[in-house]
Amino acid sequence: MSKHNITFEELQGNSTGFYALVGILGALVAMGLFAAYTMEHHGHVITGMDNQVVWGLPHIFAIFLILSASGVLNVASIGSVFRKAFYHPLARLSGLLAITLLVGGLVVLVLDLGRPDRLIVAMTSYNFKSIFTWNVFLYNGFIGVVGVYLWVMMDRSLQQFYRPMGLIAFIGRFILTTGTGSIFGFLVARSAYDTAILAPLFIAMSLVLGMAVFLLVLIASCVWGKRAMGIAFLERPKNLLSLFLVAVFYLITVYFITNLYVTKQHDLVYFLLASGSIYSYLFWIGYLALGTVIPLAILYHPIVGKTRNGIIAAASLVVVGGFSLLYTIIIGGQAFPLEIFSGMEVISSGFFDERAYHPYVPSVWEFMLGIGGISFAMLLTVMGMRILPFLFVPSSLSAIHLSPEEID
Amino acid sequence: MRYWLTTLGLLFGLALSVVVVAGDDEGKSWIPSPPKAKQAANEQTQCVEPVDVMRRMHGSYLKHHRDKTMYLGIRTKQYSLVQCINCHVTENEQGEYPSIQSRNHFCNSCHEYAAVKLDCFQCHATRPEEAYENQVPMVKPEGHH
Amino acid sequence: MTDETNPNRREFIKNTAIVAGVAVAPGIFLHSVSQAKPDEHPVDNSVRWGMLIDTNKCTTGCDDCVQACNKEHGLTIEPSHRAETQPQWIRKVELKHKQTGKQTSLPVMCQHCENPPCQDVCPTGASFKREDGIVLVDKHICIGCRYCMMACPYKARSFVHETLTEQKPYSPRGKGTVESCTMCVHKVDKGENPACVTSCTHGAIVFGDLNDPNSEISQKLATEQSMALREGLKLNPGVRYQGV
Repeated sequence: MSKHNITFEELQGNSTGFYALVGILGALVAMGLFAAYTMEHHGHVITGMDNQVVWGLPHIFAIFLILSASGVLNVASIGSVFRKAFYHPLARLSGLLAITLLVGGLVVLVLDLGRPDRLIVAMTSYNFKSIFTWNVFLYNGFIGVVGVYLWVMMDRSLQQFYRPMGLIAFIGRFILTTGTGSIFGFLVARSAYDTAILAPLFIAMSLVLGMAVFLLVLIASCVWGKRAMGIAFLERPKNLLSLFLVAVFYLITVYFITNLYVTKQHDLVYFLLASGSIYSYLFWIGYLALGTVIPLAILYHPIVGKTRNGIIAAASLVVVGGFSLLYTIIIGGQAFPLEIFSGMEVISSGFFDERAYHPYVPSVWEFMLGIGGISFAMLLTVMGMRILPFLFVPSSLSAIHLSPEEID
Repeated sequence: MRYWLTTLGLLFGLALSVVVVAGDDEGKSWIPSPPKAKQAANEQTQCVEPVDVMRRMHGSYLKHHRDKTMYLGIRTKQYSLVQCINCHVTENEQGEYPSIQSRNHFCNSCHEYAAVKLDCFQCHATRPEEAYENQVPMVKPEGHH
Repeated sequence: MTDETNPNRREFIKNTAIVAGVAVAPGIFLHSVSQAKPDEHPVDNSVRWGMLIDTNKCTTGCDDCVQACNKEHGLTIEPSHRAETQPQWIRKVELKHKQTGKQTSLPVMCQHCENPPCQDVCPTGASFKREDGIVLVDKHICIGCRYCMMACPYKARSFVHETLTEQKPYSPRGKGTVESCTMCVHKVDKGENPACVTSCTHGAIVFGDLNDPNSEISQKLATEQSMALREGLKLNPGVRYQGV
């Protein structure tokens, strides 16, 4: 295998810039922890979440990170499962990000719990009928599997396990995202969630978000680490990103069209897409325009699509679009009222059943917690790169027969 | 000579401990003195089990009983937290009940001393049932918590 | 924790119930079981508690049941906080039929489903159903994830959003856990009616054993038309409505 001729190195990590980055990330993590402490001390009363919209901004951040984590591993999988030599130099970074992003997401999820001090209960007392319980195992299992995958990538004496571990990790990531999607897909109570298409939609979103985050981190590691990388090197990952964007668009279109087919779901589709609610704006402007159309235009543009800044802009917009779509589905799905009394109009209720929709305004605490989670994931990534050789040595790429313009 | 030195040392130590105990009110060091229960559960054992057994095992009894009550609806009184509180949390001369943060509260008197965190009372009532029925006031929580 | 809290000890309970049934003179004991159960006896599935709410008797503007519930369980409302964060175990709802315009007034609380979605989704097993059909939260192992609130088709649950003091001895509640109507299980175990039932001066709520064909609720259900909320979900709630 020619891949073994590629050499890897640690991040130098002795520049002022490195320490500044670590310092900033550390400060953001501390801010997130402070937010979590304040939320636990006062209770969730200080957040925008309540008994009507029970999952809020922290869950958007957490699901964003968890989806990205499973999607980012795709880069390594293409290398080992689909045997594309081009992706071998990127496999280690892909594995590292899969672990750090997942840990960041889980930290946000756990710190938002009403009783985060009872994490031990969540780890010892199980209800195996709950998809949440499965996810506890899937998340922990995923971290373990990717850890072993990274190990066999780095330990030459274990190279015969590289392919099988790659396959296991590949299957694991699909199960993981199916589990995440099913958290919502199994909720028969709410009209926005009760559909099996949420699982494939979440898988497609994970591919998009994972690839966007991967591109951003890869470019950052090369620019800030002053490591040579030609723009042509980003050609294939960016084409994959475009493909995944189209897949998400397809699935979300199917989601809304199937809902439009069912007459009783018309109100829901109207509310999410056409009512002028925040969710309509997030969908059309945040997800569709900013998060899908413009990135596709950039990525396919013959000139802009071949510039580093163009790719950075496209990947960043994709992240914005991902957040917007998650917000539309997860918050919008809760804001739309339950239909408890079939055929009846609710005139008044002691629990807000009469509302056309439930308002939700996220608090600064939730935002701080979410940013803290992303920062924690990035901090772990930087630390990982500093300690172990995750980054390929650019000059060794000729070993896998990349053309000169691809390595610059 | 040696004997005298030892005696002197002992006296010194005793004097010191008197100072420390006297300084109790200032809150540095203290010995828990849980209030007396309203009545003995029975003649032989005082509490629902012998006192030394209760000291060691009450956490375990309470935990097992809570699950039986919650899941199976078994509402016997022997190991019930409400019954413990009913008997052990007593009024002061003014007819007020101590707050759970007070060293005069039966549970907290030892738990604070032993530095074992109690979280039962984030949810559970800290005063006897009759206190809630008769609206008996509670002593205001003391400063540092 | 695992053994003690596992509610699926049907065999054990069944055997205990059988032994108890044999030990106590059957005629007397079995007749009185639907009223008061001895403290030391575990509940079993020979009983299923339920409620029948007659919306023809329930009166617009009356919220006696809500007040009684709040008082019984110490559900205090903190006026300075957003109303959406405050606890709600039972609520009054006024409805108007979209086609006919007929107006209906009714209370909604935890419907005590036979197949509760909250129990299905709860990761730790904190949401559970007692053998006698009462759905409860084990707040000792509730981690406050709120997945049950996402799953409940009746929006019957509240999350405790702030630190509480002055809880009732028989109704422990605490910050960071989810709660809902307990069907006043502390009263039911003593053979009493839930607080909402006793407070209703219009006699709109009948409480009783759905498994006992001679109970008032079963007799009424056998002769009168009734329905469950969101019947299509096939959750077979213990709370049923007539006149809707």
